[in-house]
Amino acid sequence: MIEHFSLDGKRIPFQPGQTIMDAAMQAGEYIPHLCHNPEFRPRGSCRLCVVRANGRSVAACTSPAREGLEVESDTPDIQADRRSLLQMLFVEGNHLCPACEKSGNCQLQAVAYYCGMLAPDFTHLYPVRELDGSHPDFVLDFNRCILCELCVRASRDADAKGVFGISGRGIGAHLIVNAPSGKLGDTDFDPHDRAAQVCPVGAILPKHKGYDVPIGRRIYDRKPVSLVGDVADHQEDMS
Amino acid sequence: MREQQAKKVRVATCSLAGCFGCHMSLLDIDERLIDLVELVEFDRSPITDIKEVGPSDLGLIEGGVCNAENVEVLRAFRRQCKTLVAVGACAITGGVPAMRNHYPLHECLDEAYVNGLGVQDGGIPNDPELPLLLNQVHPIHEVVKVDYFLPGCPPAADTIWTFLEQLLSGKPVEFAYRQIHYD
Amino acid sequence: MSAPSPEQAAGTQLERWGSDSDNLLQMLIGVQAALGHIPEAAIRRFEAALGVGRARIEGLIGFYAFLHHRPRGRFDIRVADNIIERMRGSRELAEALAGRLGCPPGETRVDGRLSLGYTPCIGMSDQAPALLVNGYAIPAVEHARLEQVVALVEANTPLADWPPELFEVALNIQRKDLLLEAAVEDGAALAALKASGADALMQVLEASGLRGRGGAGFGLARKWGFCRQAPAEAKRRVVVCNADEGEPGTFKDRVLMQDPQQAARMFEGMTLCAGMVGADSGFLYLRGEYRNLLEPLERELQRRRDAGLLGKNIAGIAGFDFDIAIHLGAGAYICGEESALIESLEGKRGNPRDRPPFPVTRGYLGRPTVVNNVETFIAAALVAVQGADWHRARGTEHSAGTKILSVSGDCARPGIYEYPFGVTLQQILDDCGAADTQAVQIAGAAGRTIPPDEFQRRVAFEDLGTAGSFMIFDQSRDLLEMVRNFNDFFVHESCGFCTPCRVGTTLMQKTLAKVSRGHAAPMDLDTLRRIGELMRRTSHCGLGATAPLSVLDTLDKFPALYRDRLSDRGFVPGFDLDAALSEARAASGRDDPRAHLEGDGV
Repeated sequence: MIEHFSLDGKRIPFQPGQTIMDAAMQAGEYIPHLCHNPEFRPRGSCRLCVVRANGRSVAACTSPAREGLEVESDTPDIQADRRSLLQMLFVEGNHLCPACEKSGNCQLQAVAYYCGMLAPDFTHLYPVRELDGSHPDFVLDFNRCILCELCVRASRDADAKGVFGISGRGIGAHLIVNAPSGKLGDTDFDPHDRAAQVCPVGAILPKHKGYDVPIGRRIYDRKPVSLVGDVADHQEDMS
Repeated sequence: MREQQAKKVRVATCSLAGCFGCHMSLLDIDERLIDLVELVEFDRSPITDIKEVGPSDLGLIEGGVCNAENVEVLRAFRRQCKTLVAVGACAITGGVPAMRNHYPLHECLDEAYVNGLGVQDGGIPNDPELPLLLNQVHPIHEVVKVDYFLPGCPPAADTIWTFLEQLLSGKPVEFAYRQIHYD
Repeated sequence: MSAPSPEQAAGTQLERWGSDSDNLLQMLIGVQAALGHIPEAAIRRFEAALGVGRARIEGLIGFYAFLHHRPRGRFDIRVADNIIERMRGSRELAEALAGRLGCPPGETRVDGRLSLGYTPCIGMSDQAPALLVNGYAIPAVEHARLEQVVALVEANTPLADWPPELFEVALNIQRKDLLLEAAVEDGAALAALKASGADALMQVLEASGLRGRGGAGFGLARKWGFCRQAPAEAKRRVVVCNADEGEPGTFKDRVLMQDPQQAARMFEGMTLCAGMVGADSGFLYLRGEYRNLLEPLERELQRRRDAGLLGKNIAGIAGFDFDIAIHLGAGAYICGEESALIESLEGKRGNPRDRPPFPVTRGYLGRPTVVNNVETFIAAALVAVQGADWHRARGTEHSAGTKILSVSGDCARPGIYEYPFGVTLQQILDDCGAADTQAVQIAGAAGRTIPPDEFQRRVAFEDLGTAGSFMIFDQSRDLLEMVRNFNDFFVHESCGFCTPCRVGTTLMQKTLAKVSRGHAAPMDLDTLRRIGELMRRTSHCGLGATAPLSVLDTLDKFPALYRDRLSDRGFVPGFDLDAALSEARAASGRDDPRAHLEGDGV
């Protein structure tokens, strides 16, 4: 039997075991997210998909759908919280869009556009982070990593390679590469890896194809993420 | 006619650590400039030859804050302008100039003035006429209070026009999806 | 005796813990203890022997504050730096050590003799200032003791040869009630289980109204009942005792475990739980700061095995097989959260899990798992023997029984106090000799800041719930220092998993520093509130949701703390403008008037 919950007043069907996010995606309803990709086990760390379900704030990507649940997502106060979370992500790293090849194909940007973020607003942390150009086909730019762990999950679960991990904690938490040198070039990371295709930002960038698609004609330049979906679903547009 | 002129909104603009691209974008509103000058008059701006900002209704700041002079100019703008707008990526995030924040300042100075290609008899300038660089480049909202943000590198002419039109007519400032971008 | 090679040290741990990567954290703790760091060669050995990627090992070393990839000094000294310790001179102590030993805090002396640093509360708030040397606590480090420590370090005396009295920790039990006064024989709870059976005892627990003592107050009979009903391979459920008492200002579990009788009861409570829910493995997760309790507790476990109270056919109940292993923590407050604790038991970074599923259905290695704290297991063991009415005789309708509090700060008699639930804060303040009290911080850094006009409120789940921390601040204290100390603590302890806590704690830290410098404008206070409320609503776990509480509480209840420090400007930059020219001044050699920026805000 198909059960239902409501999302901003719309009736959303779901199968037992589905999360609020699963069911919303299936129904074509958009809930902002960055760390979620239905291919991988949900993680619930970016917190952008936090919705109010029967009055309680929960992450849509990890919370099971329940019959009769009343979920609010697109409300002014929840969107304001999302803008604050996005602003935190922007000031935490070094996100200089004009100097980033991912611009226009970047989901962080796209979600920020969707949520109406005009400026990062908080005090920038300007962390000093490295750039790893050791791999022949990819650049790893830690300045832009938002710790969504999609590459960690993809490399571990889809590629069975475990190329990435997380070390440090708190504001010092950071992406690491599974090699004694810490360099991507010393791993078996490969352009065909799923992990090479899931980064929502410009942290894992392919070499040799800079600006093949000009700024202004990229995935999110014309249509919002709510209509065109995640960057991981658009690899063909970027190659 | 004179009465109408007295009501004109006084606008000041400047570029701090920027490339004047945002100003170029303002000029890109093309024939709407004619409409604009009906509504506004310019105080200090590259468009005029006024050196010091005077009392103004609206200040448009391009560029981030990279040196002591930027700080002084920005503070003067804040004192004189009723409404202050951060225009473009550099004013909002520090932008491309903030890429130097990755390096200690002395390394940047050595690279430019001591070890740089073609530098002869190098040395870090110490002329008091030159403004000193800040340790890091900052967006303007970290130095003064900012009332509006217009993102983009540069913001599209259309975005600037929409903003000015709405602001000057007292409407709430709202943009269409394609008018907002950070690049 | 020379130190073992990295390979030998790793090999010893592999022998001790088996080739099971779930025990990886314990092995790393062992190597850290043996060598003072975890060298490359040890990492390679574990990689090869356990088949784990080095990223996982590096991830652990980076997560746990007591693990290090680079060598620490032979004596790794950490001065406890919770606000209570600060009030008792922890900073002065560290500075004195730094001066006497020639090693600034945060550094390792060039000869490798010592490292000096700070660490959050180590459960010694009643005998502060205190420090850890290679993980072993030394309380009450006043002048003479400081000299003693300095001399021992300079003489390079092996820690094992340091005078034992340095490590003696006072119990400071100030008030006893049900739990601390009960005279119940060892093994009595298991005898009750044998005599009455699990069903009957479950009813006793239910009727007793016993709720978990960790703060959340979940009904014990319900929790154990859920676990018991959760499908599991034959009795493969798990019982975990949370002895990761990391909430600043709390030390009562340390006192309980120091007392052999109470430690025995704690293990008995765990064993009782195992018998009732059908569990075959138990863990005591002991915070690394309580390292000096490890051997006595191991001895108690052995004694229980020898007495037939652990092992096979426990207490003569056929088929009741259960044993307990002790796992150490390694400097991570978040591991006191039950799902993070389970991750840590599995040898992982202590990131809290999503719930549901709850540990009672899917816990350690996916097995149904009960997690309770030290005090709760002791209470359960006693209730099983003394009965529901005995427990109900104290406390309130919704909070039956008693609560043990760790009282510290500005009072004449710090220590542990057991009260019936429902006791007012004022009563506690009167009993411990607190005068002129400005505020009580209840339930630790993650708790509430209570002003005097609320001192008639009660310690009870229906009013002020607490795991036991009770910190007292008199009128001479600057509460903003408390708020900043707690915020620094959360910056240090955030696991970094979710955005609001990872970034919010640091942004708050910057804004609080601005307030403290007198540079804040009203809009900065709005920013504090905005970040705090965002963290309350959107954090992944309780740490992030409670981390901003002391800021929000003091904004509401002690507004003068902030108001009196506001700048008269409408806006002040987040950084010092003139100082921001320092590097350029140094590089250009200029110091003329134009090489400076005057003033701050506009």
